[in-house]
Amino acid sequence: MPRLSAIVWAILFWVLPAISLAAPYIPKSPDEVLEQLPVLNNQAELEMKTLQRQLNANPDNLSLAVGIATRLLETARTEADPRYYGYAEAAVKTWWRQNQPPVDVLMVRATIRQHRHDFTGALQDLQDVLANEPRNAQAWLTQAVIQAVRGDYDASLRSCSILKRLGANLPATTCLANAASLSGSGQQAYQLLQESFANTAQTDGQIRLWTLSVLAEIAARLGDNRNAEAHFLQAMALQRRDVYLLSAYSDFLLEQHRPAEVVALLKDDTRPDGLLLRLALAEQATGSNLLPQHIGELQRRIDAYRLRGENIHQREEARFNLALAKQPEIALRLALENWQVQHEPWDARLVLEAALASGKPEAARPVLAWLSQTKLQDRQLPPYLAKLGAQ
Amino acid sequence: MRILLAICFGLLAMPVLAHKPSDSYLSISVQEQTVSGQWDIALRDLDYALGLDDNGDNRITWGEAQQHQAQIDAYALAHLAISTKHQVCRLAPVNHQVDKHTDGAYAVLQFAVVCPTAVRVLSVDYRLFFDLDPSHRGLLRLQNQGQTQTAVLSPEQPMRELQLGTRSNWRAFSEFAQEGVWHIWIGYDHILFLISLLLPAVLWRVDSGWQPVRQFRTAFIEVAKIVTAFTLAHSITLSLATLQVLNVPSRWVESAIAASVLLAALNNIYPLVLKRIWLVAFGFGLIHGLGFASVLTDLGLPGDALALALVGFNLGVEAGQFAIVTVFLPLAFYLRQTWYYQRLTVGIGSWLIAVVAVFWLLDRSLDLGWAQLI
Repeated sequence: MPRLSAIVWAILFWVLPAISLAAPYIPKSPDEVLEQLPVLNNQAELEMKTLQRQLNANPDNLSLAVGIATRLLETARTEADPRYYGYAEAAVKTWWRQNQPPVDVLMVRATIRQHRHDFTGALQDLQDVLANEPRNAQAWLTQAVIQAVRGDYDASLRSCSILKRLGANLPATTCLANAASLSGSGQQAYQLLQESFANTAQTDGQIRLWTLSVLAEIAARLGDNRNAEAHFLQAMALQRRDVYLLSAYSDFLLEQHRPAEVVALLKDDTRPDGLLLRLALAEQATGSNLLPQHIGELQRRIDAYRLRGENIHQREEARFNLALAKQPEIALRLALENWQVQHEPWDARLVLEAALASGKPEAARPVLAWLSQTKLQDRQLPPYLAKLGAQ
Repeated sequence: MRILLAICFGLLAMPVLAHKPSDSYLSISVQEQTVSGQWDIALRDLDYALGLDDNGDNRITWGEAQQHQAQIDAYALAHLAISTKHQVCRLAPVNHQVDKHTDGAYAVLQFAVVCPTAVRVLSVDYRLFFDLDPSHRGLLRLQNQGQTQTAVLSPEQPMRELQLGTRSNWRAFSEFAQEGVWHIWIGYDHILFLISLLLPAVLWRVDSGWQPVRQFRTAFIEVAKIVTAFTLAHSITLSLATLQVLNVPSRWVESAIAASVLLAALNNIYPLVLKRIWLVAFGFGLIHGLGFASVLTDLGLPGDALALALVGFNLGVEAGQFAIVTVFLPLAFYLRQTWYYQRLTVGIGSWLIAVVAVFWLLDRSLDLGWAQLI
């Protein structure tokens, strides 16, 4: 088998450059623009450059390093640009490999590990943070989010409760509602969170945006499309760039058979792979002539990740293979691999859908067992469950 | 096509490209002894490291890239070392171009790799951007006459050693022949075994004493018989083991070789076998062949030139043996009547060989690691 995979790699390496890249060339004019750098807030960027110069001169300055890393992680999140996670890691490299890094570095490392889907490593770091600082609200919140992504709702609820006791009211309620809604108490969770949001004095835009996204997603899972739409629009109206929100809203619109709106929303925002995927799905529905180009582009991005030997995009890759490349067998394999790592509703749905599409309903068994155990409520799942039951 | 693309890009102002972790694409190609490289490095990463956007408009033009060409070359090549057998190769920029990958424009640096010695193994030591972005990866691709090897270089694994299969048939043949000669030359166990068998070839046994043979021809025929039998035997097992028909654990083989040296030496002191020494040579030659085979396997066999490598290695071994015999036979024949040949060389020499062989036998069979201590 290793020989076979070597051949596949060799073919990938041979074929890829040929199809994905034009040959190297010498530009005709010195004025030819080759690269558009990410345009961030120029003032903030200048500040960042100054800070990084200071850090280079004094790499052991912990508070400076953590400050830089935290800002870089913020950019990484809003731009969904993985390079910034690498820059953030570099900022704290003095402590990264230590057995017991300072708590602030552990927080940075947990966030980066979470991004790389190393959930076990991230949870370990957070445990170490909480052992030292049991009142660290950010650590409890991050831990709760990872636990929910992994489908460990009881643990997530526990983390959220502690967050609540620490006084972080709206984030804690959002945290609780998210986990509760996924484990059988959707209606109550929605009402609780809606009331909490209506009465909150919280002005932090990022927290409001998160709460609205969770409200919208709970409503969508409950089949309350009107409220889901309202919450998505409220969140969009905050005018904060958030790739997660854009993805979730696009999924909602696709479910509603409103692909033209997805195209309008995403057509100029295709740098993040997840957004390009949704744009292509919408274009498939509208019959856009840009579809082949975007499918090719997605395939090239997937291949580029593969060359690095990484597979953190298995969910997107599974969806790509299922819905766009029409490779249900590959989609099923990826969806099952992804299911080993995370247990969100979409992760479950992809396994069910891929198992049906590839005519292997028995492959969905672990997901079915898990769904009946956790009582996950999601309007999008029953149709697939019915089909699987019929088989 | 290029013009069409350029127009499209012009209309769209700028193509919107993916967000991806940072990679560079390092291709090294080897043709005969000429090694060249092409290194695609993201302009965005170079800008992060060096600052290419001179006018601060968040765009990097070809003009700006050219302005920084020397700086880019120096920076990149300072973070890459290519060497062959611990000797560093010189990297010389040859050409500069641009290419587009999924996440943007890349500077394409083509360079010559000038190595001080013939290239059989290339070591690549890659350190680009690891200090600025530990998630950066160097995607290495080595092309060697139609074969491709790949590697992902990371801060955890920045170095890679690439074996270049000897591709030209004639070169494969001659290199393996050299290895064969070399192995006989440094393989003291084989030499001592052969010498133990050959020592009495210029003598004959009379009443528990040695008598010199009269004619050179007699000695020559005796030696020829021994060497031929030994050669035939080890060729057989060498071939069978290399073709994986036969598989014997190397510790067993090495111990048996040591035992064969011991028995051959003892036979000169307390002769048991006096006639048909060539049969002894044949029997033990079978074991020595297995020893040669493990050396040949360790060298890394070219899949497509297996037969040539095998024949080359075998002929090399024979040539090495032949060299020993051509020195030994005239000398031994010349000295055969002397006291120090009969007593000192055959007598005490055989004892010494036996002692060495006992040492090998213990070391190899019990895995004591003595040989490394010396």
